[in-house]
Amino acid sequence: MRRGQVIFRGDRRAAEPEGEGLRLDDGRHVTEDEVAWLPPFEPRTILAVGLNYAAHARELRLAPRQEPLVFLKGPNSVAGHRSATPRPADVKFMHYECELAVVIGRTARNVLANAALAHVTGYTVANDYAVRDYLENYYRPNLRVKNRDGATLLGPWLVDADDISDPANLELRTTVNGQVTQRGNTRDMILGVDRLIEYLSSFMTLDAGDVILTGTPEGVVNVNPGDEVVTEIEGVGRLVGFITEDAAEAAT
Amino acid sequence: MATSRTVSALLALRGRPQPLEARVEPAENAVIIDGRRVDASELDWDTPAIGCLYGVALNFRGLLEALEPEFHRPPHDRPPLAPVLYIKPRNTWLAHRRSVPVPTGVDAVEIGATLAVVIGRDARRVARHRAAEVIAGYTIVNDISLPNAGLFRPPLRAKCRDGFCPVGPWIVPRDAVPAPDALVIRAWVNRELRMENTTANLQRDIATLIADVTEFMTLRAGDLLAVGVPEHPPLARAGDEVTVEVEGLGRLESTLVPEEILSGEILP
Repeated sequence: MRRGQVIFRGDRRAAEPEGEGLRLDDGRHVTEDEVAWLPPFEPRTILAVGLNYAAHARELRLAPRQEPLVFLKGPNSVAGHRSATPRPADVKFMHYECELAVVIGRTARNVLANAALAHVTGYTVANDYAVRDYLENYYRPNLRVKNRDGATLLGPWLVDADDISDPANLELRTTVNGQVTQRGNTRDMILGVDRLIEYLSSFMTLDAGDVILTGTPEGVVNVNPGDEVVTEIEGVGRLVGFITEDAAEAAT
Repeated sequence: MATSRTVSALLALRGRPQPLEARVEPAENAVIIDGRRVDASELDWDTPAIGCLYGVALNFRGLLEALEPEFHRPPHDRPPLAPVLYIKPRNTWLAHRRSVPVPTGVDAVEIGATLAVVIGRDARRVARHRAAEVIAGYTIVNDISLPNAGLFRPPLRAKCRDGFCPVGPWIVPRDAVPAPDALVIRAWVNRELRMENTTANLQRDIATLIADVTEFMTLRAGDLLAVGVPEHPPLARAGDEVTVEVEGLGRLESTLVPEEILSGEILP
């Protein structure tokens, strides 16, 4: 099953796909552009994994790590399907990251990999933007790089875990204005979904609503205002985003 | 005996769905409820209702001076320009007078005494001279960490363990704290004073922090911004009683307990 959250004529509604459009929880059928999309669930703690694909780590000229790189994100960063993300005017390199997002459904503490997937309620697509110009070597990547408003798109749907037979074999693909720029497969993760849950739950409790963004494969390129960025994961969804100028900067 | 100064505060107590507004005596950690004065230790505390809890690293001058040589060496190469932030997630939050689990195999933890600003309304691109307008109040945070976390990568394993962030006991409204940039912060371990500093030593004062952080992200109503942990955080061990005091706000108390003893229980 696939569930979304949208705003239709000012009301927040649960939705599911129906034909080319959506079926709202009150039975109405609407088209995708009649609604404003919210993230398909209310994220609690947002964990993001960096450098979890070997080829992407090479792309960024970084040595493979012993300890996984994990950082946290705040609720300000989250936006839904078809959201616009502002690009600061003074930067040279802002890029998308297509990532499988894993949503926890049941408390996990000291869970071993072979039992980990039972704690997953579902999956969605994440596009976790970064502004590399702002990287500094302290708690890297820091919040100025990764936790900007609207930097983390989630959606369109939360797909039940039962509907994803193998989260370790899903094709990922990003297009910018229709051109394929990024390709990968979740089988190339250094730590798969099960091992990530094992690692994180070894030192902190994961709870329902927590979400793990599992990292991105190679193929990140700069994006500019006006670009349409589509991050897509096989069987999970096709998440559309747009890049805009920073409105407040543009006004000054 | 002279009565000590009282201020109004927002209290989160177990069994009450809404925050309770009451007078408190910060110097005595006492609460006046229904005209009766009770010690804070007699009440059953909950964590204040808060949004996201952000912390600021490297924001005390003494700490920056001590680390200055390291800033110029790999992997850092140069001192930080923007505020260095981190998040203390929900699993770390703990109410006043609860037990902090000390992980198995860990000898001692660092007590990170600090003041936290409570944001009163969504704040983006707030000018320094208007920063006070977005502050609802202040509270106390004990930002506990494993020692030697390092500065290069986000230190989740050191800082994000269950119960590693006592918060409270209450929120004191902004106007009851006339000089937030000159508050004494103290940390006590087993009633022995182990650290004393003041927010006058912040590299970025509160207004500058709000301006510099909201330059690139929204701080939302209900979010907390812990302004920084002073240099030389004291160490504490399982069995220790830890108190963080912020002048004019009160005292936040916790007991450190071996994780094994708490395991199997739902953390408060």
